[in-house]
Amino acid sequence: MTTDRSTLAAGHGRTADAPVLEIDRLTLRLPDDRAARPLLDGVSLTVAPGETVGLVGESGSGKSVACRSVLGLLPARARTSGQVRVAGRDVLTMGRADLAATRAGEVAMVFQDPRASVNPLRRVGDFLTEGLRATGVPAARATARAVELLGAVGIRDPRGALRRRPHEFSGGMLQRVVIAAALAGDPALVVADEPTTALDVTTQAEIIAILTRLQAERGTGLLFVTHDLELAAAICDRVYVMYAGRIVETGPTTGLFDRPRHPYTAGLLSCTPRLDPGAPAPRPIAGRPVSVAEAPPGCAFAARCPYAQPRCTQEVPALTAHGAGLAACHRADEGILP
Amino acid sequence: MTLTAPPAAATALRRRPGLRRLRLLGGQGPLFTAALLLLAALVLVAALAPLLAPYDPEAMDLTASLVGTGGDHLLGTDQSGRDILSRLLYGARTGLLGPLLVVAVSTVLGTGLGVLAGWRGGWADAVLSRSMDLVFAVPGLLLAIMLVAVAGSGMTAPVVAMAVAYTPYVGRLVRGVARQEKARPYIESYRVQGWSGRTICLRHLLPNIAPTVLAQSAMNFGYALMDLAALSFLGFGVQPPTADWGAMINEGQSAIQQGAMLPALAPSFCIVLAVVAFGIVGEGIADRIAKRER
Repeated sequence: MTTDRSTLAAGHGRTADAPVLEIDRLTLRLPDDRAARPLLDGVSLTVAPGETVGLVGESGSGKSVACRSVLGLLPARARTSGQVRVAGRDVLTMGRADLAATRAGEVAMVFQDPRASVNPLRRVGDFLTEGLRATGVPAARATARAVELLGAVGIRDPRGALRRRPHEFSGGMLQRVVIAAALAGDPALVVADEPTTALDVTTQAEIIAILTRLQAERGTGLLFVTHDLELAAAICDRVYVMYAGRIVETGPTTGLFDRPRHPYTAGLLSCTPRLDPGAPAPRPIAGRPVSVAEAPPGCAFAARCPYAQPRCTQEVPALTAHGAGLAACHRADEGILP
Repeated sequence: MTLTAPPAAATALRRRPGLRRLRLLGGQGPLFTAALLLLAALVLVAALAPLLAPYDPEAMDLTASLVGTGGDHLLGTDQSGRDILSRLLYGARTGLLGPLLVVAVSTVLGTGLGVLAGWRGGWADAVLSRSMDLVFAVPGLLLAIMLVAVAGSGMTAPVVAMAVAYTPYVGRLVRGVARQEKARPYIESYRVQGWSGRTICLRHLLPNIAPTVLAQSAMNFGYALMDLAALSFLGFGVQPPTADWGAMINEGQSAIQQGAMLPALAPSFCIVLAVVAFGIVGEGIADRIAKRER
């Protein structure tokens, strides 16, 4: 048997109200030949127990890099500063054994494409129980737990499902299995990296419903990474908006969407198509996202911002309190946004 | 949103795991099946040689030298009056045992080194890959002849030399597929669950690349059979009077000048048949993997 997961003590370091995840001024740089600007620049983010937190941004904004850092997965040759504390302990400076224990016990991840993230040759039962078995749970108990989890994610005939292989499931059903596996170790935090992007629209809603219901029932913290603003608005308690490796705005979901302070957030909102009668047509944000080869001084969004002033291209705006949230915009207080 | 109902045949296969493994060997067309049956027959013949052989393969009878086909000796006799059919049947034993050892050792070594190189990457990969290239650059036959010069002729030296020479063939292939497999998201998802690299390799990566290794090993089996026969033909391998196809060709050479083709031709035919059959089986498995990947 393996020793790598056996060292985990269930629930160590967890207290009732301490955040399950604290990313503290995380900066992540690649060697100069691979990126001109840091992939992450002073990113801070917290998730409390039972809270659903959205991390929203375009592709290349650094949201995936940030969420993968939570599991200690960094790009090759990356240098970091700052901390990523899971249940109070910094995963970036952890030893191998501790990192393995944290991954096995504290954090679980749901990937974008269930088809690719499950070993195609292993039975679903093995996939669900092997983690439990490695922590010393007897086979019969692990199987019972797997059946219970499959039932909880709405798989019909859970017992029969244990004997099936991944290819016998549809994408949506397989994602349910992945969610069941993520919850098997009773983690304090689940990181979901665009868990519905690879699925049919019709199954998306079901997966989201299952994920949020189970998360609420179990008091698990959920970091939900998505490019879909509407989705984030629907399920998240708080949202962080990322642009070019920085958090540009954050706050409680309702405030953020009703009254965005940062022109980028406002731009994202107005380019989301809406169906209600009389709604304005979607307006795309002009220009294109900043590539990693560019390192603009000042605000990274300035080149695309309709409200940009000379100051915006010279000084990086700090994330400061505005209303219930924070925004990183020099003109956030000027009421420039409609 | 409903689960796809598995067809009855698939259900039957699921209940019998042994049968499912065989699926990898089936459904590849008549040529593949024929080659597989031929190899099965070959193994059977080798195992049952003492029961099947009409004569003692090493019993000489100089009064019956180069007897023609038919009659008492189905395939005739060689110059020393030994029954060719009996020698062919017994020859299948040495013919299969040698390559079996070569393939077993080179597959285990090559897979181990290849997975290590492909998984670790970096300097471990550099050292292992360059070492394998070094061995790769030395022709197997030359290595065998060198080893025979040191250790003497017989089965041992050629088998050891060939096992070493075939290791990089397996190692390079495995390194490549291991790297490919390592980059797939499911491997990362196991990492994210806190599994150690060693466990992921043994439990997930290795089983998933096993069919590719199997395909290469089947082809290597044929090549090793040919190489070992060549060494016996040259007199470095199996020594007379033991029945061996390579040695039989050597002994039969002079009979050709006396008008008897069979003593050399019969074992040659056996070698060709076996090598081609192993090649077809190996490629068939490789094709099947390629289809599955798509």
